Amino acid sequence: MKNASRRAFSWLWLVIGLVYFFLPLLASFLFSLRGKKGVLSFVAYQHVFADPQFLKTFTFSLEMAIFTVIVGLALIVPTAIWVHLRVPKAKPIIEVFALLPFVIPPVILAFGLIRSYSRPPFAIVSSPALLVAGYVIIAFPYIYRSVDAGLRSMDLRALTEAAQSLGSGWGSTLFKVILPNLRTALLSAAFLTLAIVIGELTLAVLLAWPAFGPYMALVGRNLAYEPAALAILSFALTWGSIGIIQAISRGTPGGRSSLGGTH
Amino acid sequence: MSSLPSKEGRERVRPGREAAAGVAHPLSAHRVKHGPRGIGAWIGLVPFFLFVTAFMLVPASSILVGSFQDPSGAFTFVNFLHLFRPNILDSYLITIKVSATTALLGGVLGFLIAYAITLGGLPKPLRSFMSTFSGVASNFAGVPLAFAFIATLGRVGLVTVLLKTLFGIDLYDTGFNLYSFWGLSLTYTYFQIPLMVLIIVPALDGMKKEWREASENLGASALQYWLRVGIPVLLPSLLAAFILLFGNAFGAYATAYSLTGGLINLVPILIGAQIRGNVLHDPSLGYALAFGMVIIMTVSIVAYSWLQKISSRWVKQ
Repeated sequence: MKNASRRAFSWLWLVIGLVYFFLPLLASFLFSLRGKKGVLSFVAYQHVFADPQFLKTFTFSLEMAIFTVIVGLALIVPTAIWVHLRVPKAKPIIEVFALLPFVIPPVILAFGLIRSYSRPPFAIVSSPALLVAGYVIIAFPYIYRSVDAGLRSMDLRALTEAAQSLGSGWGSTLFKVILPNLRTALLSAAFLTLAIVIGELTLAVLLAWPAFGPYMALVGRNLAYEPAALAILSFALTWGSIGIIQAISRGTPGGRSSLGGTH
Repeated sequence: MSSLPSKEGRERVRPGREAAAGVAHPLSAHRVKHGPRGIGAWIGLVPFFLFVTAFMLVPASSILVGSFQDPSGAFTFVNFLHLFRPNILDSYLITIKVSATTALLGGVLGFLIAYAITLGGLPKPLRSFMSTFSGVASNFAGVPLAFAFIATLGRVGLVTVLLKTLFGIDLYDTGFNLYSFWGLSLTYTYFQIPLMVLIIVPALDGMKKEWREASENLGASALQYWLRVGIPVLLPSLLAAFILLFGNAFGAYATAYSLTGGLINLVPILIGAQIRGNVLHDPSLGYALAFGMVIIMTVSIVAYSWLQKISSRWVKQ
């Protein structure tokens, strides 16, 4: 291929891709402005924000997302560091677990959680803790990949041994040496988890929680223009989270951790 | 001649990799403080294994056990025979059809876009924009995606109305319906394309410019280059990507739930309905359905890992 035709080919497919990506967004945006007959207005957005259920469900999902980030990081970060430093043999096993949430999609996970935890001795199906546990499982591959990439991009062993030979204990090595170096990876993992959990539908609907995902689905059933406004707001949320990840991970290797999501 | 080969992605140095792989590090000659090593070190992984056992392995195996039980809890194979009931079989067929169609459609479009951005004919910032955007778009799924497509291709959606007013074409008269097979497939393709871009760009980066130049110098045509070099090298990656996209669509619940409201009996929708309202009047059948799904997903992931191993000969990750 000559350079000119190569360039034409590139532009052609790029434009087709961009149209496919942006047309639904443009359509949603225009649709969301039609809340008032005859004029373009932001009245659909006003309705969305004025609905007390919006704030209530969003706050609930945000809380669940924050708990998921805390539990997920507390569980996965020490594990990943320990695997890198002490048991590299365990790495393939952990990586299998990072693929398992793909084999066990959210519907199956919800089904299994209900079956396992609705009877004594572990009747915790009505506790939000079970929802958070499920979210940690869903977010695990994203958090693990991000932390693993962060750990690989620094010389963990040299850092740890340097710290210890200077008399630092495990605690201060972790908090003063390793974690500051993992800052970018941790922030990426946290924002991606937030974006995924806040809009999550499957676990929330099947475990019967009044979360933001089921609320959006309900609005979609009953109203016309407000769902389009919600779609635009959700897109802004996802774009914001991932934009922040890109901004903080610019220039550091291993920023690519955003494969897939919960569909 | 074409522009200089891009160095991105190929010469990326990964410090710490040797350390992670357990190769002796200079400093390890005089280690200071030893924690437990060998078997003892595995104790540090106990919290993690307890958690994934409790919330991933136990729930998954309870589905497995449940699919071999009748409602009273006795052992039976009968649930698997029920998988061959016409309505259940139909639901598997339609789910496979949607997953294969969107994997193929998303795979081809995603590949062409990825190829376009790795060819090197586009301004540099566009490439990083596209990878950021693919990250966003592959995560833009579920309820909001369904809403976006209703606003686009629904009865009063932007494209539907434009086609009607500009060209006099009534999409819905031609048999198209957003809430049926093609509508669902077009919607799924929205998150399949960017996922394909994210998966396949590293593989395309692994294709050395020198291979192409060498074959051109030896007189090969573009077609010959693709048939003899390009496709054989890329094939494992392409197949792996297809399988990943297939599984991605097969397990999807939220988009279908909020788009069709259960009009199309996809397997995940059927399982969800079973959990919510017992519409099948047979809980054991729900387990069998879920079990069948886990089998399909397991086969895909095993095939995916195997193909990844083959393709890593060319694409160092």
